[in-house]
Amino acid sequence: MRAIKKYWPIFLIPTMAAFAIGFVIPFILGIYLSFTKFTTVTDAKWVGIKNYATAFKDSTFTHSFWFTAAFAVVTLILINVIAFALAMALTKKRRGTNVFRTVFFMPNLIGGIVLGYIWQLIFSGILVHFNTALNLNAKLGFWGLVILVCWQQIGYMMIIYIAGFQSIPGDVLEAAEIDGANARQTLFKVTIPMMMPSITICTFLTITNGFKLFDQNLALTAGAPMKQTEMMALNIYNTFYGRTGFEGVGQAKAVIFFLLVVAIAALQQKLTRSKEVQQ
Amino acid sequence: MENKGKWYGTTVLTFLCIFWIFPVFCVLWNSFKNKTAINLQPFSLPGGKTFVGMENYAQAIGKYGLLKSVGWTVFITVFSVAAILIFCSMCGWFITRVRTKWTKVIYALCIFSMVVPFQMVMFTLSLVTNKLHLTTPWGLIVVYLGFGAGLAVFMFTGFVRSIPIEIEEAALIDGCTPVQTFFKVVLPIMKPTYISVGILETMWIWNDFLLPYLVLDIKKYKTISIIIQYMKGSYGSVDMGAIMAALILAVIPVVVFYLSCQKYIIKGVAAGAVKG
Repeated sequence: MRAIKKYWPIFLIPTMAAFAIGFVIPFILGIYLSFTKFTTVTDAKWVGIKNYATAFKDSTFTHSFWFTAAFAVVTLILINVIAFALAMALTKKRRGTNVFRTVFFMPNLIGGIVLGYIWQLIFSGILVHFNTALNLNAKLGFWGLVILVCWQQIGYMMIIYIAGFQSIPGDVLEAAEIDGANARQTLFKVTIPMMMPSITICTFLTITNGFKLFDQNLALTAGAPMKQTEMMALNIYNTFYGRTGFEGVGQAKAVIFFLLVVAIAALQQKLTRSKEVQQ
Repeated sequence: MENKGKWYGTTVLTFLCIFWIFPVFCVLWNSFKNKTAINLQPFSLPGGKTFVGMENYAQAIGKYGLLKSVGWTVFITVFSVAAILIFCSMCGWFITRVRTKWTKVIYALCIFSMVVPFQMVMFTLSLVTNKLHLTTPWGLIVVYLGFGAGLAVFMFTGFVRSIPIEIEEAALIDGCTPVQTFFKVVLPIMKPTYISVGILETMWIWNDFLLPYLVLDIKKYKTISIIIQYMKGSYGSVDMGAIMAALILAVIPVVVFYLSCQKYIIKGVAAGAVKG
């Protein structure tokens, strides 16, 4: 294959040039600017870790962290439990499974902004009877976001779990049945251990999606009331574009956010991968 | 006994299905109602005084230029996905077949880029694209190629590893240039991966909001997501009727796309999930 080596400009340059513009340069520039004070790049002045100190002292930022963390944990559990149950129900022989699958998956194809406004209509229609609204009460805002994201993502995770169920060899389940395992024992001792690869993927996707959520947050509550439903991504956005002079702080928050997402992804992978069994 | 349990399960699933699809239908019938009715009784069907026919759609299209933004969204999605498929498959094949320090670095960078949240690069990305005058839909295609490269290169390399190298070697010995080998031999074998990657990237780009919002010159170009956010935010009184019509016009292409290639979408999602 040595002959193809000298053809690298044709094969690599288009992707790598775009990758440099779209990712590598902004990433490196982002790390650098988080240590400076700037409004445009040319006036950047080195200020050390001052931006990071300001970010940690910002109470809206720490609040958004706890809000996001709570949100990510709640959606992680709800989405995975419901998607797992649905997948289990839909892999049994049953009439109309294809219709069910089609319907449950559909919301996933709708964009975050559109989803936000669809649900705003529904929630305001319900809450108007209780003389309240989503943007008046942070608790309602939280659960509104949870419902929206569950509605969006359950179908996606269900598809992954269905693929997982279909790859479990039938003889393992048969053996459990012959050995006299009841339904509950089969589920916890056979099915779930065999499903660990799918569970790893789905928990990874749901927890990182939960932390990175932006569009839905912006469209449904936009942080109201008083930034109480502002999640980390939206908080960073508002720091950048809400007040001038805080670009450096916004970038420092973005770096913290990035490190946090990487740490959580790594931790999650370690926790669930260790529970996977050889098939 | 078992039959009864099954019947019970199917009933529960049916109800859940109706609940699942309800929000979309709710928006659909609200798009034919007048503004006050949408705000006060969103759950009632249009009828009598509240029914306004296609007026909301006329508003959304006439006043806000919705069709134009649908056009731009189609343009951006189609050409970005095409660029990602062609260039990233070439890149993915090359870095799998040529094992050097550099190709390993490229692969590692692609994996790394998949975990980085967009907020990390959003501000600096808009600085870079401004400087390079990439604030048009054509420029956005370059940005999407760069930002979508991580997942695409990862999936293509994963597939190339499973193709036997002998076929390509035979083609090279028979006198094909590497470019011919790629397009005539490798590309046809990779068809399933093209479909999976194409679907995942289409779903992402069609629905994306923040990236085009920050990169594009939004005075001139708006995608569907941008225009919906703009309708909500720019005027004092929000025109709920036009928003409902815009939501429906944003959802229809997605539903048509979904129902026509559902089989591939489901497969694509299952294949894309292996990346974890």
